[in-house]
Formats: sequence, structure tokens, C-alpha cells
Amino acid sequence: MVMKLIKKIYMSLIFLFLYAPILVLVVFSFNESKSRGQWGGFTLKWYAELFRDRDIIKALYYTFLVALLSSIISTIIGTFSAIGIHNMGLFGRKTILNINYLPVLNPDIVTGVALMTLFVSINLRLGFLTMLISHVVFNIPYVILSVLPKLRQMNKHMAEAALDLGATPFTAMKKVIIPEIMPGIITGALMAFTLSIDDFVISFFNTGSGVTNLSIIIYSMAKRGVKPSINALSTLMLITVVILLLLINKRTTKGDELLP
Amino acid sequence: MSKKLIELQNITKSYNGVVAVDNINLSIRENEFITFLGPSGCGKTTTLRMIGGFEEPDEGDIFFDGIRINDLPPYKRNINTVFQRYALFTHMNVYENIAFGLRIKKVPSKEMDKRIKRMLKLVDLEGFEKRHVDSLSGGQQQRVAIARALVNEPKVLLLDEPLAALDLKLRKEMQIELIDMQKNIGITFIYVTHDQEEALTMSDTVVVMNKGVIQQIGTPVDIYNEPKNRFVADFIGESNIIEGIMHEDYLVEFSGKKFKCVDKDFAKNEKVDIVIRPEDIDITTPENGLLEGIVTSVVFKGVHYEMLVESQDYEYMIQSTDMQPVGSEVGLTFNPEDIHVMKG
Ligand SMILES: Nc1ncnc2c1ncn2[C@@H]1O[C@H](COP(=O)(O)OP(=O)(O)OP(=O)(O)O)[C@@H](O)[C@H]1O
Ligand SMILES: [Mg+2]
Repeated sequence: MVMKLIKKIYMSLIFLFLYAPILVLVVFSFNESKSRGQWGGFTLKWYAELFRDRDIIKALYYTFLVALLSSIISTIIGTFSAIGIHNMGLFGRKTILNINYLPVLNPDIVTGVALMTLFVSINLRLGFLTMLISHVVFNIPYVILSVLPKLRQMNKHMAEAALDLGATPFTAMKKVIIPEIMPGIITGALMAFTLSIDDFVISFFNTGSGVTNLSIIIYSMAKRGVKPSINALSTLMLITVVILLLLINKRTTKGDELLP
Repeated sequence: MSKKLIELQNITKSYNGVVAVDNINLSIRENEFITFLGPSGCGKTTTLRMIGGFEEPDEGDIFFDGIRINDLPPYKRNINTVFQRYALFTHMNVYENIAFGLRIKKVPSKEMDKRIKRMLKLVDLEGFEKRHVDSLSGGQQQRVAIARALVNEPKVLLLDEPLAALDLKLRKEMQIELIDMQKNIGITFIYVTHDQEEALTMSDTVVVMNKGVIQQIGTPVDIYNEPKNRFVADFIGESNIIEGIMHEDYLVEFSGKKFKCVDKDFAKNEKVDIVIRPEDIDITTPENGLLEGIVTSVVFKGVHYEMLVESQDYEYMIQSTDMQPVGSEVGLTFNPEDIHVMKG
């Protein structure tokens, strides 16, 4: 009985530590008073201020543009890679999969610096394009990892059945294979989109020429001292990412019944 | 005799140096129900896949209607397949699954609808159009797979163990339905199974295979009554297979005695294998028997008893309705035509 109580208190404390900062952040984004220590009444003025700030609007635009483009590109590349990997022999498949895991496990900072070194060494000016490429690169493995299980679940004669019924290999891919694995593709795309919005470290090293995203803006604003509008911006990002994560989570737990 | 439709000539196929199909020769006639029968791994599926166009033979040629089709891709062959685990398209409903081939051939929608309706009726799935294929039972999925293939009106239907996943009762029903369908629409069925009873019940012609080699081709009655060798005799039904010597035409010796038989054309004193089916042996008293022995085991099998009788050099299996208890001395009798002599 006592043990149970202790356990409950312990759990609550952990959750408090984890979520208190986020909660404070969200609450203070609605704080009228500029000082952090006291509550001055409810307001939305910091949110309004956000949308008057041209730098922030620009960063918002780049964030979503990069997220959209990189998730589309990495989904296309990742899906076809997954199909290729799936059709490989056992040895090739294992090797490629291990290579695929590497960027997933690699610390972001290493990936970020490595990509930057590459871009600099081939004289590519850091900017929108390099940021986009770096996002595509770190997204591809996640797309592969979410498409592969769908391919494994598929009856191994599915493609042959399509050919058998008169479909050319191209039609079989378009009309049968892609639709069959569509739930995995959509999950992969959502994941790529989320990771892209979420990313700070890799973007930080691989952008330039005045192109920034929201994470970088928050970082530079915070360096100049915390303004309440940072709280507002962070809250908005938090809500977006949480919604996306919930969506992905729902798809992967009951993904099997989901039809495209 | 209808005309030859498919011809396999000296077909060989190996995977990574292991021979799966070894120098097969076979011709298949129009409207024939032909079955590949053999133990697991004997090359049945491989042969079927070469006919379907999913594998290319290493050596030899495949002809369809007189034209060599070795490297013709599956989508250009007038052949459809019912796959082992059906391979239905799970993102489509029953109607769309069946419509798939017709849509590719751009069949006008009115005609397509008519053909699909007719198919659904044939496989007894009317009213299932909108159902999701995952929500169907094994037998229903199997019938969708058949409808999806047959709606294209192929000249040949390939079926790879289509009933293996079904329970015994449903399997028996589907066997009869398949035979009916094949006779009604009049197309060639090439069927794969490792169930000898299924092969004997359904087929016009049975091709018995072992280790990639064809052992015998014949009608079910031929295969059962006149097995060509020990493997076929053993694989098809239960048999007593005894070693013996063929002294001259119509005279064979085994178990230390000479017997009249109906076989001839062997070399003088050739070593042979003799097959006697368990149901062809009758039990009598020791003094009236052609052979004598002692009953060593009795098992009740419903319609008959299955007894093992130890004679001097062979333990005979006998299926009979009159039972003799274990330990009793009995005589065994059989007729000359029950003795089947094969090359040893
Ligand atoms: N894709 C493949 N790669 C390597 N070996 C294969 C392949 N397909 C078949 N084989 C081998 O070829 C031989 C014949 O296989 P096949 O599938 O034709 O047998 P089967 O008669 O259909 O057996 P089953 O009744 O178990 O389905 C087997 O030894 C099998 O291991
Ligand atoms: Mg097989």
C-alpha cells in the first residue's frame, strides 16, 4: 500500500520534471506582463507580435517549405530504395539495412558537420538548397524504415499476380505495389515532415545566406535575451509537432486497417 | 484426342547449382486437367512458374500453340494463375480484384460488369462485390482468386496447391467445384498438389515427379494400377513392394514361391519389384493360402481393418473386413492380376 503510494508520487515527480518547463513555457506565452516572474493577465499580444515580425514570418515560410519539399523528395527516394532493398538477396539486404541505420543512430551534430564539410568542399554555397539537401538526407532512412515493414507484410507473389493479369512491370508498380504499401509511405512522409520541422542542429550547420528556420530563429532570439514572443513561437511549434506525432502514432498502432 | 497446347522439351532449371527441374519432357492437350504430383521440393512449383513465365528455363524450350515462349513475359501470355496463398490485392474490394485484368485490357465497362457478374455467379460469391478481401474466409478468398484469373478467359489456368490452406471438408467441396468449372468452361487446368488422393480424384492426367525428374505420366487409373517404379507405387496409396525375380513371361518368384502373373516382356531371370495393393490380398486359412504368416498388428480403420502379417521375408499390409487377432496363423491369397511387376 505504502509502496504503491511511493511509486505514484515518484511517477508524478518525474512527469512534473519532464513537463513543468513546457507547461511554464506555454502558460507564459499568454502572460500580459513582460517580466517572467509574475502573471499579468491573459493576452494574445505576443502571438500577434510574432506575425508582425518579418524575420519570423520568413523563417516560418522556410521551415514549412523545407519540410514539405524534403518530405516529398525523401518519401519518393526512400520508397523506391525500400522496394529495391526488399528485392535484394539476404546478404545485400542486411548490409544496406545496417548502412541505413547508421544515420539514424549517428548524433545529429556529426551528420550536420559532415554534410557542411561536404558542401563546403564542393564549393556549394550554404543556403536554402544545402538545407533542403541535408533534410532530404536525414529523412530518407526514416522513410525506408517505415515502408519496409509494409513490403514484408505483403504477399510475395503480389507483383507476379499483377503481371499475370496482364499488367506491365510499370503498371504493377503503380496499380498494385505502391497502393499496397501506401499506409507505410504516408507514415514515412509524416515522419519526415515532423523531423524536418523539429530539426535544429543539422539546419544550423547547413544553412546560410540569410535563410533560417524557426528553430534557428528561436536560438538566436534566446541568445539576445528571452522575450515572451519566443514562448509564443515555441508553443506554436510544440503544438504542430505534437499533432503530427499523434497522427503518426495512431497510424502505426492501428496502421493495418488504414486504407489510403 | 484434342490438340496439343503446351509442350515442354528437355526443360532444366537449377538454382545456385542445385537442380530443381531435370530434363522434363511433357505435352499438355487442350481442355486437359493435368496435375503435377510429388513430395515437397520435387520441382512442381518451379515447372508451373516456367509455364506461367515467372522463371526462365536454363535449358530446353517451352512451346505454346506451337510458338516458343521461353522468354515471353507473363503479361503477354494467355495464361492465368491462382497463386498458392492467393495473392489477392488487399487494397481493393472483391469486385476490383476481379476487374483488375479487364481494366488493363480496357474492356468496355458494360461488358466488364457483365463478365464479373457471371464470374461471381460461377464461384458462388454473388453479393460479395463490395466486401474487402481481408474480411473473407479462406475458401471465399480462394474463389475470388479463381474468379480473378478466369474472368480473363485464359486458355490455361495454373493452380499451385490452391486448396492446401483449407480444411478437409471445404477442400473436398472445392475439388468438386473445380472439376465442374473446368468441364463447364472447357479450358486447360494445370494443377499442383502433393496430395495423391486429390490428384487421383481430379485429374485426367497425373504427372508424378520426384527430385526434379518425371517418374510417370498417366491417367489416375494407370498410375494407381500400373506404377512404373517403386517410387510411384510407394507415393500413390499404400502398397506392399516386394523384391523378386521374373523367371519368364507370366511367371514371377517372390517370398520363396513362384506365382502366375499377367506381366511379360522382361529379361529372363530379371530382378524386379512386385507391387500388391493391401486391399487385393485376402485372408484365409494357412493351408489354403498362397503364402503363410502370423498377424503382428491389427488397426481398425472404420471401413476395414488394417493388418500386418509377417511372412518369411516380408511384412505384408492387408486391408480387409474380416479380422484375425494378433498372433494367429493365417494364409494370404491374391489373384494373378493383383500382382504388378515393375523393373527393379
Ligand atoms: N527461388 C529459388 N531459389 C533457390 N532455390 C529454389 C527457388 N525456388 C525453388 N528452389 C528449390 O528448387 C527445388 C524445387 O522447388 P519447388 O518450389 O519447385 O518445389 P515444389 O515441388 O513446389 O515443393 P512444395 O510442395 O514444397 O511447394 C527445391 O529444392 C527448392 O529449394
Ligand atoms: Mg510448391
